[in-house]
Amino acid sequence: MHVGNYLGLARGSEQRLVDALTKVAEHHGDEPDISETCQLLASWSRKHIEHLKPLVEKYGEDKSPEPANLETALFHGPRTGSLALMRDLHDVWLLTQQVQLCWTVLEQAAQGLRDDELERVCQECGKETKRQTAFFLTRIKQAAPQALIAAS
Amino acid sequence: MKRQSRDSINDIWGERSPHGPEQPWPVRVDEALSDDPERWVRGTCVLCSNGCGLDIGVKAGKIVGVRGLATDVTNRGRLGPKGLHGWVANDSPDRLTKPLIRRDGQLQEASWDEAMDLIVQKSKQIIEQHTSLGLGFYTSGQLFLEEYYTLGVLGKAGLGTPHMDGNTRLCTATAAAALKETFGSDGQPGSYEDLDVTDCVMHVGHNIASQQTVLWSRILDRLASPNPPKVIVIDPRRTFTAEHATVHLVPRVGTNVAVLNGLMHLIIQAGTVDKGFLDAHTVGYETLKQTVEKYTPEYVEQLSGVPAAELRRAGEILAHTRTLVSTVLQGVYQSMQATAAAVQVNNLHLIRGLIGKPGSGILQMNGQPTAQNTRETGADGDLPGFRNWGNPEHIQQLAKLWNVPVNKIPHWSPPTHAMQIWRYAEQGSIKLLWIQATNPAVSMPDLGRIRRILQQEDLFVVVQDAFMTETARYADVVLPAAIWGEKTGTFTNVSRTVHISCKAIEPPGEARSDLDIFLDYARRMDFRDQDGQPLIKWHDSESAFEAWKECTRGRPCDYTGLTYEKLLAGSGIPWPVNEQHPDGTVRLYTDFVFPTSADYAETYGQDFDTGAAVTAEEYKANDPKGKAMIKAADHREPHEVPDDEYPLWLTTGRQVYHFHTRTKTGRSKELQDAAPDAFVQLSPEDAERYGIENDDWILVESRRGLVIERALIGNIEPGLVFIPWHYGSWDDPSRPRAANELTITEWDPVSKQPHFKYAAVRISKYDAKAAMPQGLLGRAVEAVQGLVSGEAAPATVGSKAQGPQPKTTQRVDG
Ligand code: SF4
Repeated sequence: MHVGNYLGLARGSEQRLVDALTKVAEHHGDEPDISETCQLLASWSRKHIEHLKPLVEKYGEDKSPEPANLETALFHGPRTGSLALMRDLHDVWLLTQQVQLCWTVLEQAAQGLRDDELERVCQECGKETKRQTAFFLTRIKQAAPQALIAAS
Repeated sequence: MKRQSRDSINDIWGERSPHGPEQPWPVRVDEALSDDPERWVRGTCVLCSNGCGLDIGVKAGKIVGVRGLATDVTNRGRLGPKGLHGWVANDSPDRLTKPLIRRDGQLQEASWDEAMDLIVQKSKQIIEQHTSLGLGFYTSGQLFLEEYYTLGVLGKAGLGTPHMDGNTRLCTATAAAALKETFGSDGQPGSYEDLDVTDCVMHVGHNIASQQTVLWSRILDRLASPNPPKVIVIDPRRTFTAEHATVHLVPRVGTNVAVLNGLMHLIIQAGTVDKGFLDAHTVGYETLKQTVEKYTPEYVEQLSGVPAAELRRAGEILAHTRTLVSTVLQGVYQSMQATAAAVQVNNLHLIRGLIGKPGSGILQMNGQPTAQNTRETGADGDLPGFRNWGNPEHIQQLAKLWNVPVNKIPHWSPPTHAMQIWRYAEQGSIKLLWIQATNPAVSMPDLGRIRRILQQEDLFVVVQDAFMTETARYADVVLPAAIWGEKTGTFTNVSRTVHISCKAIEPPGEARSDLDIFLDYARRMDFRDQDGQPLIKWHDSESAFEAWKECTRGRPCDYTGLTYEKLLAGSGIPWPVNEQHPDGTVRLYTDFVFPTSADYAETYGQDFDTGAAVTAEEYKANDPKGKAMIKAADHREPHEVPDDEYPLWLTTGRQVYHFHTRTKTGRSKELQDAAPDAFVQLSPEDAERYGIENDDWILVESRRGLVIERALIGNIEPGLVFIPWHYGSWDDPSRPRAANELTITEWDPVSKQPHFKYAAVRISKYDAKAAMPQGLLGRAVEAVQGLVSGEAAPATVGSKAQGPQPKTTQRVDG
C-alpha cells in the first residue's frame, strides 16, 4: 500500500507552500493585498497539515524528498520588481497545483479504501487549495499586462 | 439683506414635522440668503449623497443663497447646514482661475492651449513608449453623470486603459460590491420612501444624523409621529444617531460580521425565517444557517464585546418586525471584511423576506453625492450600464455602441482599483496620473506614502480642481475647474433618484467645466471610431446625457425614459425610467426577480476572503436565474490589532459640518467656525490613565505617522480613539493633523475599499518638546515639511513655528 507515500507527498507539498507563501508575504509587503492574502492562505495550508496528522498516524508516512526538490523546481523567489512579483505569483500558483493533485490522488484512494475520514479531509482541504489557486490566477491576470508591457 | 429660515448650525435638523400613518412627509422649506435674488435657478445639493433638491438664488452674476425645493421627493424643501452654507465656496477669493504649469519647480500661469497641449504631448509620448497602460485617472464623487460618462468613454474606448477609478473607491465601492454579490447588480433595492412607513430602522456603521442630516430629519419626524419605528444602531461610538436608538450595539471595531451573524442566529432560533420566500426566491440559505449556528450571543460577546443581552434585545426586534429598512455606511465599508459584512445585512433581509415591499428595503448607502454615477458610467472602473467585465457579450454591446473594436476596451481582468493605480504609480509603470476634483493627499490612507508618490520625479501629475488643494500643490499641471452652480448636469442619489443641477452663474476667470476639459482632451487626442468619425459625438451636457441614455438601454439602470425637461419639471425621478416605467421606479424587486441570471448579471462574484473571481463557467454551472444569492461569511480578525507598543484602536469618521477634505465647506465661514479643527476623542477612562484633560494637546502615533490634536473626552468606549478625517494642511500647515497620516494601506479583497476604520495607535500628552522621545521631533518636523512641500508654503507657516496653538474650542460633534 502506497497511501503513506502520497500522504507524505501531500504534507511535504503543503509545507513547501506554507514556506513559499510566507516568503512572498514578507517580501512583497508593499503589495498589501498579496502580503495579507498570502498570510491567510498560509494559515489554511497549516491547518491542512494538522488535518493530515491523524491520517499519517493511521497509514504511516514515507518521507519523500520530492516536495523539497519540487520547491527548488517550482519556486525561485522571492524576487524584486513588477515582473518578479509576476514570477513569484506564477511559481506559487504552480505549487498550489501540486498540492491540488495530491488531494485528488488521495481522494481516489480514499474512495477505494472506503475511508470516509480521508475522503472528507481531501475534499475540504482540496476546496481551499482551489481557492488558493483561484486567488493567484485572478491576481496574475490583473498584474500580467502591466508587468509585461508597461513596467520597466 | 441676510435672511435664513433657521440657525442650522445650532439647530442641525430643524423643527419636527410629525405625520400620521399613510400621510406623506410634510413640506418644510429651508433657506439661507445673503441678498434678495433676482432669479432662481434649479439646482441639487452636492454636499452629501442625499442629493436634496433646491433652487439657487442669483443676483448680479453671483450666487446669493439657496432655498429647498418644496416639490422634491428627497427633501420636501428641507436643507441641512452644509446645503444652507456650502454655496459660499463658489465665490471664494482663492478660486483657481487660470491653468498652471510647473516651470523650474514653481507652478506658473499658462494658457489653456499650453496646458492642454502639454498634457496631450505627455499622453502621446507615454502611449508611444509604454502603451496607454502608462496613464491613470483618479476621479471624484463630485462630478456630474455626463462628465463621468465622457471620461469613461475616452478612457475605455479612446485610450483603452483599465486604470480608471474614483475616490468613490474610498467611500462607496463596498455598497456596489455588496449589492452585486447578493442581487447580481448594483442598484438600491429600497427607497427613502420606505423610511416613512417602516416599523424598524437599522443603521449599521452609519452615523446618519451627522452624514445625511436631511435624511435623518425624515427619521426624526417618524420618531415624533404617532407610530414611531424602532431604531437599532450598530456603532462603536455614541453618536447623535445612537442617542436615538432603541438598542445601540457597541462592537469593537472590525467585528461587524460576528455581530450580524449573531443577529441572524437569533432570528433563525426564533423560528421567524420566511421559508416560503427563501425557497422561491433565494439560493444559499443552508450554508448560511450552518455558518451562523455557532454565533450564539455568548460567542458574539467574546468576539465583539457586545453584551449577549443587548444582542438578544436587537435580535428579538429583528425576528419579529413586520417591516425593516437597513442602512449601511463607512463603519462597515471601511472596516475589516467590508463586503462580507455588508452582504450579511442583505442576508438578514432575505431570510425574513423583508425586501421589495413598502417599508422594507436595504440602502447600501453612498458617502459621496455622485458616487452612484461613477459606478453607473464606468468612471470608477466598472463597465458602463452595470455591464459585466467577465461577459464577452456585454463588452460586445459597448463596442457596438461606441463603434470601436472589441479588443480596444480593456476587459482582461477587473479594472484597476484606486489603491493599485497608486501602487503602479509608486513603481513607476503609471507615468501620468490625472486627478479630478478630489484630494488624495488628505483622503487616502498612509499619507506619507501618498506624498512620496506625488513627488516622484517620473510621475506627471495633472490636477483638475477649483482650489489649490493639498494635492494640487504637487501637480505638474493644474486645470481650473468650474463647480456646482457653474455648470449643468445630472446626478443620482442613494434612492436611485436622478436630479438635474443647472448652471446659475459663470465660472470665475478662465475656469472650465470638467465636461469641457474632457471633450477638449478627446478632440486634441483625436480619438476616432472605426469609421474614422470622432469617437465622442456629443458637445454639451444635454447631448452627453442623450448618449448615456443609449448606453443604459435594457440595463438595470435604464435612463431611456428621462429627459432634461422631465427632470426640470418639479422633482427628481428614480431609475429605471423607460417605456414600462415612465415615471420611474420607487422600489426595485417588487416581483422578487433579481438580476442574477448569468447573461444579465453585473458580476459572477468573488471570494469574500481572497477576492478571487468566480469564473463564467462556475457561475453558469449554478446559474441562480433570478434568485437572490445568500452568501455566508465567518468572522476574521482585523489585520492590525493593538499591542504593547500601540495599545489603542484608532477609528476615523465625519462631522456634520464638513464634506470630504473641506475644500468647499472649509471656505464657508459658518461651517468652518462650527467645526474649525480636528480633535482626538477618547474615553474618560483612557484620559485618566494618560493624565489627559479636555483640550490638552495630544500626540497620536501609528506605525506610519503621527498627528497632534486636541483632546475631546467622552462618548466613546475605552480603548478606542476617534479623529475626524476632514482636516488637511491647506489652512493650517503648522502641524500634522490629517487622520490619514495614521491609517493603514489595506483594503477589502472584494470591493478594494481601504480599511480606514481601524489602526493601532499610541497616545501621549504633547506639551514640552524636551519631553519628546528621541527621534520624535525629527519625525514631527519631517511630517510638517511633507505637508508644505510642493508649491510654496502658505504664509501662515512661520508664525506658527512655536508649535500648535489652539484655535477655537471645538463643538462636541456626534
Ligand atoms: S442632507 Fe446632504 S444633500 Fe441635503 S442639504 Fe444636507 S448636505 Fe446637502
